[in-house]
Amino acid sequence: MEIIKNFPCLSILMCMFAAIISSALNGKWAKWLNAFVLTAVGAMSLAVLYLTVSTGESYIYVMGHFPAPFGNEIRFGSLEAGIAFFFCVIMMLSLNGGRKKLQFEINPSKENLYYIMVDLLLSSLLALVYTNDLFTAYVFVEINTISACGLIMITENGHTIEAAARYMIMSLLGSGLFLIGICLLYDLTGHLLMSNIRVGIDAIVTNGTYKAPLLVTIALIVVGLAIKSALFPFHAWLPNAYGYSTVSSAAILSSLVSKGYIFLLIKIIYRVIGFDTFRDSKIINVLFVFGLAGMIMGSLSAIRENDIRRMISFSSVAQIGYIYMGFGLGTTVGMIASIFHILSHAATKSLLFVSGAGLTDVSGDRKEFIELTGAAYRNICAGLAFTVGSLAMVGIPVFSGFVSKLLFSQAAVQNAHKLLPTLIALAISTILNTIYFMKTVIRIYTPVKSKYTSVSVKENPLYVITLLCFVVLNIVLGMWSQPITDWIAQGLSVFA
Amino acid sequence: MSHLRKQSEYEKTFAYRFFNWLGGEKDSFTGNMEMKPQKEYVEEEATIEERMKDRQQAMAQVYDRRHNKELKFFNLLYKCMSIVFCIAIVFVLMYMVSYLPSVGAEEKPTNNIVSETYISDGLRDTGAVNIVTGMILSYRAFDTFGETNVLFIATCCVMIMLMVDEDKIKENKESNDRGFEPKNDGILQVVATLIVPLVFLFGIYIILNGHLSPGGGFSGGAMIGAGMILYVAAFGFDKTEKFFNEKVYKCVKVTALICYGCIVTYYFLTGANGLESLIPLGEQGKILSGGITLPINIFVGSEVACTMYAFYALFRRGGL
Repeated sequence: MEIIKNFPCLSILMCMFAAIISSALNGKWAKWLNAFVLTAVGAMSLAVLYLTVSTGESYIYVMGHFPAPFGNEIRFGSLEAGIAFFFCVIMMLSLNGGRKKLQFEINPSKENLYYIMVDLLLSSLLALVYTNDLFTAYVFVEINTISACGLIMITENGHTIEAAARYMIMSLLGSGLFLIGICLLYDLTGHLLMSNIRVGIDAIVTNGTYKAPLLVTIALIVVGLAIKSALFPFHAWLPNAYGYSTVSSAAILSSLVSKGYIFLLIKIIYRVIGFDTFRDSKIINVLFVFGLAGMIMGSLSAIRENDIRRMISFSSVAQIGYIYMGFGLGTTVGMIASIFHILSHAATKSLLFVSGAGLTDVSGDRKEFIELTGAAYRNICAGLAFTVGSLAMVGIPVFSGFVSKLLFSQAAVQNAHKLLPTLIALAISTILNTIYFMKTVIRIYTPVKSKYTSVSVKENPLYVITLLCFVVLNIVLGMWSQPITDWIAQGLSVFA
Repeated sequence: MSHLRKQSEYEKTFAYRFFNWLGGEKDSFTGNMEMKPQKEYVEEEATIEERMKDRQQAMAQVYDRRHNKELKFFNLLYKCMSIVFCIAIVFVLMYMVSYLPSVGAEEKPTNNIVSETYISDGLRDTGAVNIVTGMILSYRAFDTFGETNVLFIATCCVMIMLMVDEDKIKENKESNDRGFEPKNDGILQVVATLIVPLVFLFGIYIILNGHLSPGGGFSGGAMIGAGMILYVAAFGFDKTEKFFNEKVYKCVKVTALICYGCIVTYYFLTGANGLESLIPLGEQGKILSGGITLPINIFVGSEVACTMYAFYALFRRGGL
């Protein structure tokens, strides 16, 4: 049991080692090393999850010979371990889903660089999930940003380079605001360790000193992370970045990178600022309004889109809006709903990107809707998987989207002031979701005599298995949601 | 059983015709109206030209940014709004700064146990006279390992962007004025032969003395990298490749990072599990002291030097 406590630290370091070694390997070996590391990290996270769930506690792990606040430390409870495990699973599936297409999308001599980016991205995600120190979080936010940029621009065409530049600018703006926020927190409390900052902030709140700086600090941190995770008015970088990069990159970026920042924000809300302080600040209403606006505006943009990849990307904007709306409700139930939506959106969005790639492949690599007509008959598995993903996004029972919508509306009922806007926005957003997803599903199931050849199931078994795993994951999230919400609630209770 | 009509009889009835008409099988207009098959549309030369001209005119008007009033207005508004927005943010931040604890005040929250401990116990704990190095490499070793990885991934990103294949570099050599290297600038070469060894030596000195005096792996490595850049600028890539090519670069970088990683892993695992670290702290002030800070400084230094040179070489010719 004692050895399991070393696993979070080891899994972060292992990813970094993999990245370093990959830089001396060729693409093929880098791929296998990456697969091995992902499996190992997934298994280790599962062990940590088992340990933390069975004891119901959270553990502090000292990184080095000096206990915090002098040295670094990481902290893990069941929520962190579960999220880390989930991230590994999604990353593995996303990579497998795009594996065959990857060799056409990137220059073969740069394949090992791709896996370096993936390895370091995973290490930074794990560090963001596990860390208990704000400055460590910032360092790994940097790694996360740069590796995400690399994942976008590795396709090396004009679109992706432009998209990567946009992403870099917006993301650095977000990092900058976040860094200023950390500096201010350090100035106000004199600590970088999350638990110690919390003590300082509680003192500030009870004494009533430094009220204005505290409010500005919270605003800077929240806005910085919101920019990085593409909350509605800051989403301009998103559609091109997701729409033109490789399939695996798009799936990983949409379902993991933005979620890593959101998880960091949850951690800051609970562990640094304190949930009550955060709820009493005005920032929460701003998040709520932008979340609602994002839900509707993202869907409207998606309806107008004529490119399936960009449509799915805009749908991400709407789903991020859901998550921030859950924060904005200011209740623990809303937070649980948001965390569940992180899981459900990650599982569904990567499924949509991967199956969407299968559909465009059998349509001459064209992403316009007119070319996609009847694509589901040409690639049956991708068509079915896309339909499942669409139904989950719309919120049909059995699939994961339904549960998160249900949780959101249950959470809204507990907050009398925000009940009506939440329910109205949920209803409108669901209708808009239905419009663009069902439009696509009808389009791909419209029989047509096409000039493109069809693909049979046997031609790419890995792809089919990946899609199957995604669908099963979706149904598990949708059907057995009770244990999952129990786990999230238990994790949140030992989180702060 | 009902009476069954014969098909031929049934076809004469009204119902049959009605349902046929309803099902669209029989067009009531066929035979009753004069019909011509549609002619295939052939576009004439003149209409094509006219259409193209129209299109060009329309595009010119749409994209005529100089005379587009709406666009002009929007740009103006955009600029004004961004200025107003920035000024507003500046004011909010300035207003907030006035509420922050004043600099240098004794009761300032940053004057707490953490910085006190670093100053009082830093030398004893880490063995490094330079407590800044001791702090970043021993106390907060995890952050610094992450930071070194930032450098590593930055080079990888630049490689994705700028790296071209070996053959392409040779091809470019002919067509590109960069191919006229070395420029054989006499003054530059003489100065470089004098300065480069000094720069290298000073860089190595700063790295090795990182735990004793100001400096360390990051600054010393940057210096060695700068020396290499000066050498390349004076003597060209052909001469540099004799001692520093892609293979050497990869070897140095991977070895440095892996050794660094092994040291911190060992350090973390022993620290967290309550074991003694076997790396001796050494005698204070001696060159062989400072526990893990000295080897880490060396590895960080080589990584930073490689990174600096790699950036230069990649931007210069797209390869190492």
